[in-house]
Amino acid sequence: MNMGNIVKNGIVRENPVFIQFLGMCPVLAVTGTATNGLGMGLATTAVLLGSNTVIALMKNFIPTKIRIPSFIVVIATFVTMIGMIMNAYLPDLYNALGIFIPLIVVNCLILGRAESFASKNPTSSSIVDGISMGLGFTLALVVLGGVRELFGSGSIFGVDLLGEAYPAMGIMIQPPGAFLALGLLTALFNVVILKRIK
Amino acid sequence: MLDLSVSSLFAILVSAILVNNFVLSRFLGICPFLGVSKQVETAFGMGMAVTFVMSLASIITFVVQNYILNPLGLQYMQTIMFILVIASLVQLVEMVIQKTSPALYQSLGVFLPLITTNCAVLGLTILNIQENYNIVETIVHAIGAAVGFSLAIVLFAAIREKLEIANVPEPFKGFPIALLTAGLMSLAFLGFSGLV
Repeated sequence: MNMGNIVKNGIVRENPVFIQFLGMCPVLAVTGTATNGLGMGLATTAVLLGSNTVIALMKNFIPTKIRIPSFIVVIATFVTMIGMIMNAYLPDLYNALGIFIPLIVVNCLILGRAESFASKNPTSSSIVDGISMGLGFTLALVVLGGVRELFGSGSIFGVDLLGEAYPAMGIMIQPPGAFLALGLLTALFNVVILKRIK
Repeated sequence: MLDLSVSSLFAILVSAILVNNFVLSRFLGICPFLGVSKQVETAFGMGMAVTFVMSLASIITFVVQNYILNPLGLQYMQTIMFILVIASLVQLVEMVIQKTSPALYQSLGVFLPLITTNCAVLGLTILNIQENYNIVETIVHAIGAAVGFSLAIVLFAAIREKLEIANVPEPFKGFPIALLTAGLMSLAFLGFSGLV
């Protein structure tokens, strides 16, 4: 498969969040600020890259019947490593993301790519696929985090954009805001796509 | 010493069901929440399966954490051990449901193995350890979480059944309207904050 196509698929055409609706828990939970969204996205990308690489390398040795448990063990190993690294070097981000770091293990996106791509394709394209899907996921998290932070606290990445006079909509950074913002963004995404089809 | 004061257990229960509802306020278990909520009956079945897995997983991971990982100083193996426990349990539940209720097995279909990757279950077991719950509190928290999950998914399915016949604008069809509905439900559940 053409590498350019894999990249395009991961970031736009099969965007994990807006098209495939995978890994919704962290998408909704950690996007109170753009920074947290970026951190979560990059952590997920790192795990996805690691698991895709290892699974693509080992695909001929893993018996089909026990492939899912094997994949999960590989993924859990990478998650544990990333968690330890983040705890050591980025303690603030680690604390902000909290329980959602170990929960990267059960992000359906990662298991989904292992099952549907890495276990069937050569290592090189699996690496590219891992990075592009990860970046597509990160992009969605940053956009959603940015929108919620902008409306909820008037800033993006902690930089105040709207000034003191802006009446912050606190609801946007609370749980309901996550559902509402993602719902509206997906609808917007659909409008753009529907227009393009016509 | 086991702290068994009824009021603190009740607080844990109410908090897990309403205030910190697993789906609508903690965002755990969103995949089945959005995926298996088209019919009330299936949603109820999913809720029951998750309840069963959650209760058993909480007890087993409590034992694993306190009698295997802690004495051996292997806390960093937590994620790997817990997910293995949950994966085996789900396999067991799947076999039991397949034997006892083929109809339910048919309707839950692909989502049954997916309980493994339901972050509500793994999230619950990790939260139990983080909050330093003893065994009784762990069980109560598991029941609360499971009831909260089932409550949310059944209510949501009931609303979605009505949405099926509603006239929804084209770009909002499918997931967007479901997410907006969930947002409004979450807003309603926000009203419970301050209860405990």
